[in-house]
Amino acid sequence: MATTPAPTRPGPVLRRDVEHRMLGGVCAGLARHIGIDPIIVRVAFVAAATAGGVGVVVYLLAWVFLPAGDAPAAPVWLRTSRGTIEIAVGIAFLALSVLLTFRAFGLLFSDVIVWPLVLVAAGAALLWRQWLGGGLPGGTVHRAPERAAPGGDAAGPRPADRSAAGRRPALPAAPATPADRAALVSRTSLGVALVIAAGIAFLSATGSLSAARDVVLSVLVVAVVLAVIFFPWVLRLVRSLTEERAERVRSQERAEMAAHLHDSVLQTLALVQQRSDDPRAVAALARRQERELRAWLSRRAPAAGDPPRLAAALETAASEVERDHGVAVEVVAVGDADLDAPGEALVAAAREAMVNAAKFGGGSTVDVYAEALDGEIQVYVRDRGPGFSPDDLPADRRGVRESIVGRMARHGGKGEIHSAPGAGTEVELTLPRSPA
Amino acid sequence: MTSVPAAPRVLIVDDHQLFRAGVRSELEGRVDIAGDAATVDDAVREIASLAPDVVLLDVHMPDGGGVEVIRRAAAQGDPPRFLALSVSDAAEDVIAVIRAGARGYVTKSISGEELADAVRRVHEGDAVFSPKLAGFVLDAFAGAPPAEALAGGGDHGTGDDPALDHLTPREREVLRHLARGYLYKEIALRLGISTKTVEAHVSAVLRKLQLSNRHELSRWAVERRLVE
Repeated sequence: MATTPAPTRPGPVLRRDVEHRMLGGVCAGLARHIGIDPIIVRVAFVAAATAGGVGVVVYLLAWVFLPAGDAPAAPVWLRTSRGTIEIAVGIAFLALSVLLTFRAFGLLFSDVIVWPLVLVAAGAALLWRQWLGGGLPGGTVHRAPERAAPGGDAAGPRPADRSAAGRRPALPAAPATPADRAALVSRTSLGVALVIAAGIAFLSATGSLSAARDVVLSVLVVAVVLAVIFFPWVLRLVRSLTEERAERVRSQERAEMAAHLHDSVLQTLALVQQRSDDPRAVAALARRQERELRAWLSRRAPAAGDPPRLAAALETAASEVERDHGVAVEVVAVGDADLDAPGEALVAAAREAMVNAAKFGGGSTVDVYAEALDGEIQVYVRDRGPGFSPDDLPADRRGVRESIVGRMARHGGKGEIHSAPGAGTEVELTLPRSPA
Repeated sequence: MTSVPAAPRVLIVDDHQLFRAGVRSELEGRVDIAGDAATVDDAVREIASLAPDVVLLDVHMPDGGGVEVIRRAAAQGDPPRFLALSVSDAAEDVIAVIRAGARGYVTKSISGEELADAVRRVHEGDAVFSPKLAGFVLDAFAGAPPAEALAGGGDHGTGDDPALDHLTPREREVLRHLARGYLYKEIALRLGISTKTVEAHVSAVLRKLQLSNRHELSRWAVERRLVE
């Protein structure tokens, strides 16, 4: 990485957070603020610095006056919801504003320099983005909602986790479809054209200046053009290093997962041994652990704002009943459905049935089966308890029965209770599915 | 059950010593426990030397897990019957081990009596589906059956390939009852068929599960590989 001078060294730093800022974190902060790559901001600053040293002054001032922000809420890598072109335009404006700032400082900048630099900035943004994991617009967007979820999981607040999570989405950048590839090619050509145009515009506009200055500037411009065009190859080098690091992160995550599993399993086993005289407590412990683990493994934690789903709601109800009544409730769901008002009534009725089964099922496992396939949703709640004859329904269960059967009827569904002495009880709930 | 000539010889494979001990004490007296093994290598060795009838197989173990044991035992020739036993309810785990060749899948929360029953059933060549597995199968085979199967009047699996990719209404009905927690004999009673017929239906489903190319099944298999 000795290929680039110290302050412009954008490669690996880009992958990092505040802890890996380059100098004062001004560019990173700015980039985060407007939601683009810090590299682009940095390039703008460096360009400004080489063109009169004002970039340095502005940077130092910003360093002094900008307060050190908290750790970013979302890694800068998650911003890809914007199109590349949009970003390029944004960069152009950014460069423009930086140059106008120079002018406000009373520094001598002619429009001759301003416009080519703006063009270069836009072209650079186009060229470089695809090498920085942004080649596929929207390719990493799906990460954003779960990251942005407020008060989220344990992965949220720790910087180490964030940098790990932030790095992951930057990896897959290979164009997936021919359309993507075509877009990539056209973006590349557009970027190259912009940069070359900037060089030519600059040279022709300054042609009237003194010969000495011409030579210096021409060399400078050629150098800049070459740097802009070949920077991607340098970046690719840096990128392979980054992928190595990402691989390390992944294996670290795997180790973390193993640690989580072992901790929870071992802990539960210890508790089970301690309380081996109380089978119910043991079963409850084991099942709670089981649920927790399974949810953790499948990362089913619903993102904030996701519509509630039938299977998840039934799982939740089951684990609550399990916890409150110490009876195992096994949920099997086939298909799934969004929860509308009748769906919620269905879950509530199913929950009643589970509570009922837990109370009167003689401690047997409660089996819940939900099927949301064609046209209707069916839920069966079954226990293997003593059962009863429908004719002499115990008085204390009549109300419950009403709350199941009546509730379903009110929402256009059907609730039936099948039971016979010695054969357990099964509650059957049916709800016509509202057309999607 | 009365016709079982001898208690099946069982090998217990699980990397948790506590769990092996637990299963052993649960099954003691119900089946003939030939031995146990804690690793994939041990398991493959013990299968060769002890020649058990049924292997109770943990899905999750280091070095490839239950799937690897089944694969290597099959390579040795004359493999025993496998009953997968796991705390994992992830579809991809369950389907992977069934497609590798296990004849059944039960969760570790199963009672000793039910487990012994499942072992006997597998020993006799039947399939054992937990409610969860039945649910996965229904999920995987959900949706309209392929058009060619309908055209062929596909109620009865005729053994041609499209028939592998969908379930008959009867099989679906049996699976739904399994998922609802019914036992084979209860299902037989409710559907008015013999327990043997129920077993035949479940075995047919097992075969489809192992041989079908349905998209859902291969997708789960792929996810499984990614996890490993």
